[in-house]
Amino acid sequence: MSSIHTDHDSFGERLRHTPAGTPDTTHGSILYLEGVTLSFDGFKALNNLNLTLDDGELRCIIGPNGAGKSTMMDVITGRRRPDQGQVFFGQNIDLLKLPEHEIANGMVGRKFQRPTVFEALSVAENIELTLTGSRSPWRMLRARRTAQEQDRIDEILTTIGLIEHRQADARILSHGQKQWLEIGMLLAQNPRILLVDEPVAGMTGEEVARTAELLVSLAGKRTVVVVEHDMAFVRKIARKVTVLHQGSVLAEGSLDTVQNNPKVIEVYLGETPCSH
Amino acid sequence: MLLKKLFNGSDAAGFWVLAAIGLMLVWVSVANLALPADHPLHVSTYTVTLLGKFLCYALLAVSIDLIWGYAGILSLGHGAFFALGGYAMGMYLMRQIGDRGQYGNPNLPDFMVFLNWHELPWYWQGFEHFWFAALMIVLVPGLLAGLFGWLAFRSRVSGVYLSIITQALTFALMLAFFRNEMGFGGNNGLTDFKDILGFSISDDRTRIALFVASGLALIGGYLLARAVVRSRFGRVLVALRDAEPRTRACGYPVARYKLLVFVLSAMLAGVAGALYVPQVGIINPGEFSPLSSIEAVAWVATGGRGTLFGPIIGAFAVNYSKTELTTLAPELWLFFLGGLFILVTVFLPQGLVSLFRRKAKTPPASVTKADVTEANTTKAKPTEAKS
Repeated sequence: MSSIHTDHDSFGERLRHTPAGTPDTTHGSILYLEGVTLSFDGFKALNNLNLTLDDGELRCIIGPNGAGKSTMMDVITGRRRPDQGQVFFGQNIDLLKLPEHEIANGMVGRKFQRPTVFEALSVAENIELTLTGSRSPWRMLRARRTAQEQDRIDEILTTIGLIEHRQADARILSHGQKQWLEIGMLLAQNPRILLVDEPVAGMTGEEVARTAELLVSLAGKRTVVVVEHDMAFVRKIARKVTVLHQGSVLAEGSLDTVQNNPKVIEVYLGETPCSH
Repeated sequence: MLLKKLFNGSDAAGFWVLAAIGLMLVWVSVANLALPADHPLHVSTYTVTLLGKFLCYALLAVSIDLIWGYAGILSLGHGAFFALGGYAMGMYLMRQIGDRGQYGNPNLPDFMVFLNWHELPWYWQGFEHFWFAALMIVLVPGLLAGLFGWLAFRSRVSGVYLSIITQALTFALMLAFFRNEMGFGGNNGLTDFKDILGFSISDDRTRIALFVASGLALIGGYLLARAVVRSRFGRVLVALRDAEPRTRACGYPVARYKLLVFVLSAMLAGVAGALYVPQVGIINPGEFSPLSSIEAVAWVATGGRGTLFGPIIGAFAVNYSKTELTTLAPELWLFFLGGLFILVTVFLPQGLVSLFRRKAKTPPASVTKADVTEANTTKAKPTEAKS
């Protein structure tokens, strides 16, 4: 797991300013995972995983610890490469062939569980740095914020409800606000798919409600995938739920069907997944 | 007006530090050259040289702060780049000696005659020209930093591991330069300089010129570093300093950013070393010693990391104390230095600068930062993004 990475991408190729092509979604799906297997020292974190996401849907993914949720997100974002299987963005773009930073720019945005915003920079600057566009150091030396960029920043800050705080340092934001800022940073990269890992952990009731609203409003134009343990929250937002177990899909459907599925009940040791 | 533009309110402290340096340059020059030696306000040439040295140290400190304070790269071997710049200048100065050396050889520096060499080594070619030496002063440190940084950042070596490798780098160079066969004067280094650009190096006016040049280099280096950290490039540096994986996930080629700023910093250090050598009159492998690099980092920490002007204050404060203490009680200096580190780390983690900053802390910094934002907010559209 701790192999030494090398930044081939960073030196070798010029970074593209636009993502590599547009996904073909004529069949209504934006992401296909087929037979994806990835093992660490013999332990299969993902075991023949098959998953298809419809373009614009809001999907919740649940599952006990070690079910492979994080590994699945690692594979989709290009952070890890599977041993077997295929990952396609639309029907035409093979994500396994793209470097991580290209996938991040315009295709798949991922929000990690712990919010990592750039604490020493202002809220607006956090968004500014994540806007799509050139990443070349030489350009950044001369870059000035254009009116267009300013509009886009304000737009995003309005969406995530932080427009009033745009000049504040990100470090003074509350936990919930940092989570929203991070979602805003993902929006700035204009992804078609948004992977959100436990967005409401540690939030107050009011923040949870606002987050639900935000995620629901984002779906439609984008595909939103939420990995969450909090069943009350899942009930609030989900139309379709996928249950992962031991690296593959155990059940899929509406929350009620899934919750009444005997296999799911067994996995959760006879309890309903409502651990909340 | 130009000054106003350069310092639009948010860097008042930096402005005062630079103003103080400017004032010092003028005052010391006048007091040294225009006032007779017995005048009470006369500044001795010894002091001029001492202050000139401090100015070079301050530039080295700024170069370290650029990478450490803003990109989180702690180089414990920056003295290597300082020394390389110094050697490049030293080589030019050696070639200026001509046949005035002990052995009177018009082509070879004394130490080469002593080693029974008959020809100038290829890497000494060109150093008789000032322009060539000036180029090498930035190129050699820049290239070494480029190669080193490329290898290190590409393999994602960072944190304490990187610091240790930089120590090894400067130590290896020190051992190499100690060897006579290297052709850099071995143990003794390069010394006995006579003139620079045709002016006698011991002349008071040349001393003042070098002193002023060091001051201007410091001001220029400071402004350059400040322009870099205030650009969007600088904000990416801060981002990768605090959250490197996140910055990478945003699509930034982190290694290239680090490499670029590391090379720039090494070049600034090279310039500092080049100005240092004619003032102290010697460059030897001791400049590569790991200890001097660590001391330089201590100036930055003492003054205030991540401020650019703090390290200038730190370099002056620590080196002034060093000068005073090593004359009063030489054996106490190292204890003092050690004690200083502990005190600063424990009580002033933000450095001396935080003593002044504490009062005017909260609003001004963030308000001025975003005056661009302020000007543009009227155009904000509260609609959702369209892609």
